[in-house]
Amino acid sequence: MTVRLSVEGATKRYGGLTAVDDVSFVVPDRGVTAIIGPNGAGKTTLFNLISGAQPPTAGRVVFEGEDVTRLPPEAKAARGLVRTFQLVKLFADLTAAENVAVGTHLKTRGGFLSAVFRPPSIRRMEAGIAARSRELLDLVGLGAVADRKAATLSYGRQRLLEVARALAAEPKLLLLDEPAAGLNAEESARLSDVIRKIAASGTSVLLIEHDMTLVMNTADDVVVIDFGRKIAQGAPAEVKANPAVIAAYLG
Amino acid sequence: MTNSPATTSPDAGPPGLGSEAEGTPARSGLALVLGALPWLVAAGLVGAAGYLGGYLATIVAFALIYAVFVTGLNIFMGFTAQVSFGHNAFAAIGGYTSAVLTTTYEWPPLAAFAAGLAGSLALAGLIGWPTLRLKGHYLSMGTLAIGLIVYEIAVQWESVTQGYLGISGIPSLGIGRFEATGDRQILAVLTAIVLLGAFVVARMRRSRFGRALSAVAGSEEAARALGIDVARYKLASFLLSAGFASLAGTLFVHVVGYVSPEVFGLHMVILAFTMLYVGGLGTVVGPIIGALVISLLPETFRGFRDYQDLGYGAALILLLIYAPRGMAGLIDLAAGRKAS
Ligand SMILES: Nc1ncnc2c1ncn2[C@@H]1O[C@H](COP(=O)(O)OP(=O)(O)OP(=O)(O)O)[C@@H](O)[C@H]1O
Ligand SMILES: [Mg+2]
Repeated sequence: MTVRLSVEGATKRYGGLTAVDDVSFVVPDRGVTAIIGPNGAGKTTLFNLISGAQPPTAGRVVFEGEDVTRLPPEAKAARGLVRTFQLVKLFADLTAAENVAVGTHLKTRGGFLSAVFRPPSIRRMEAGIAARSRELLDLVGLGAVADRKAATLSYGRQRLLEVARALAAEPKLLLLDEPAAGLNAEESARLSDVIRKIAASGTSVLLIEHDMTLVMNTADDVVVIDFGRKIAQGAPAEVKANPAVIAAYLG
Repeated sequence: MTNSPATTSPDAGPPGLGSEAEGTPARSGLALVLGALPWLVAAGLVGAAGYLGGYLATIVAFALIYAVFVTGLNIFMGFTAQVSFGHNAFAAIGGYTSAVLTTTYEWPPLAAFAAGLAGSLALAGLIGWPTLRLKGHYLSMGTLAIGLIVYEIAVQWESVTQGYLGISGIPSLGIGRFEATGDRQILAVLTAIVLLGAFVVARMRRSRFGRALSAVAGSEEAARALGIDVARYKLASFLLSAGFASLAGTLFVHVVGYVSPEVFGLHMVILAFTMLYVGGLGTVVGPIIGALVISLLPETFRGFRDYQDLGYGAALILLLIYAPRGMAGLIDLAAGRKAS
C-alpha cells in the first residue's frame, strides 16, 4: 500500500470553537475510507481543509508526497483531488449532462476562439465529452434525465449528479460528503455499487456518511470524529464495537 | 469504468415530483415553434423598418446597436452572473476613438474600430485584473467608477473630444470602397452584425469555455473544486463583453454621424439593464428581443400622450412580473418547461 493522502495534525479554529482538533490519518491509494461522527463533529470542516476551501489553523495536508496545505481548490483538483458538497452545489442553468461535462474541464482543452470556430479537433472532443457524460449519468442511474436542467431534479438525483460530475474529473482521490443523504433505498443501493466500482477502478475514496449501511457495505477503513477529535480508526466491524464510538453516538 | 444501463426510470423519484416527467413529443414540438417565435418577431420588426424606412428605421437601427451592447453585457451578467454598471465606458472609448480617428485623422472605420477595441480591452484588463481576484463587489464598484470617469474625460478633454459640443461629420459605416448609405443598407449591416454576435454567443454557450462561465455563475465553489480558474474566466467574460460594448459605441457614432458625452451616459446602462432583464438574462435571443421591445415600447404609447410614461411603466412592470426571466423565459414557460 502506498499513501495517497496524509492529513497531519489538521486543526481549524473559529474564534473560541475548535471545529477540527489535531486530526491525523492517511488514505491509501486504493479502497474506501469513511469518516463518521455525530452532527457537528467537524467532518465537513475537515473536508474543507483537505480540499482547500478553507486554510487550516494548523497542520499539513500531503497529497501524493507533495505538501498541498496552502494550495487553492482548483490547484488541488488539478492534482487529482476532487470533492462533492454536503449541500449540493450544481450549476443550475445547465442540464444534467452539461453539469457532468463541466467535470471534464481539467481533462479537456479549448477556449473562446476554439468555441466559436469549432475546428474538427474540438468537434471530436465535444463528442467525446458528450459520450463520457452520458456514460457517467448511466452509471449513477440518471441517463433518462440527461437533458433536464439540474435545478429541476429531485434532491436525491441532484446528489447523484454531483457524484457523476466529480467522477468526470477522473480524480485520484474522490471526497464525498454525505452522498446518500436524501436518496431513496434504490438510489442508495446503486450509490453503494457505484462507490465500490470507483474504488475498484483505482480511485481512492474518502467518504463522509451517516448511513451506516452504506459505510458497512463500502468502507475498508473508518475514521471516527467527535467534537473535532479523532476518537477511533479501524475496520468497520471493529469501529462499530468500539465503546468510545458507541458512547459518542449515544451522546 | 463499466457502463451499466440505467435501471431507474424517470418516474422512480419521490412522489409529488410530477414536474420531473419528460416532455412529450407534442410539447417539444410546441417548444420548437415557441423558441423560433422571438426570432420571427425580431425579423418582422427589422423587415418592417427596412420596408417602411423613416422614423421606424431610425429607432430599429438604434435598437440593433443596443442589441450588440446588451449581447455583450449578457455574457458577463447573464452567462457569468456578474454585475457591471460601467460598460458605457467601453462604448464611449470605442465610439470616441472611432469618431476622432475617422474625422481628425481620416482613418478608415475598420482601423479606427480596432484601435477603439484595443483601448477598451486595455481598460477592461486594467480594471478587471485586480478587482476580479477579490471577493465581493469591488468590480461592480470599479465599473461604476470607470463609467463616470470616462464620461468626465469626454467632457473635459476638449482639445480631442470637443467637450459638450461633441464631434460631428463622422462618416457612415464602411469597409474599403463600400459605404452603407440609406436606411436599408445601414439596417442590413447592423442586422448582420447582430446575427454574428448571436452566433458567437450561441457557439460559446455550448462549449468548454461557455460551460465554465455557467459553472462560475452556478457556484464558484463547485467550479473551483472541478479545477476551473474562476478569476481567469471572469476576466475573459469581462473582456469579451467590453469588446461588444466597444463595437456598439463604434456603430453608434457611424450610424448617427455625431457623438457627445451624453450619448454614453449612465442612462445607457439603465436602458441596457432594462433590455437585458425584459429580453431574458442568459439567453441568446433575449438581448435582441429586449432591445427591440424596449426601443419600440415608448413609441407604442405615444398616441396616449399624457399617459405615455405611465403606460410604458405599467407595461414594463407587467413584463417583469409575468416574465421574471425575461420574454425568452416566458416562452419556455408557455412550452411547459421550467424557465431556463
Ligand atoms: N464557517 C464557520 N464558522 C464558525 N463555525 C463553523 C463554521 N463552519 C463550521 N462551524 C462549526 O464547526 C463545527 C463542525 O461543523 P461541520 O459542518 O464540520 O460538522 P459536520 O461533522 O460536517 O456535521 P454534519 O454531520 O451535521 O454535517 C460545528 O459546530 C459548526 O457549527
Ligand atoms: Mg457535514
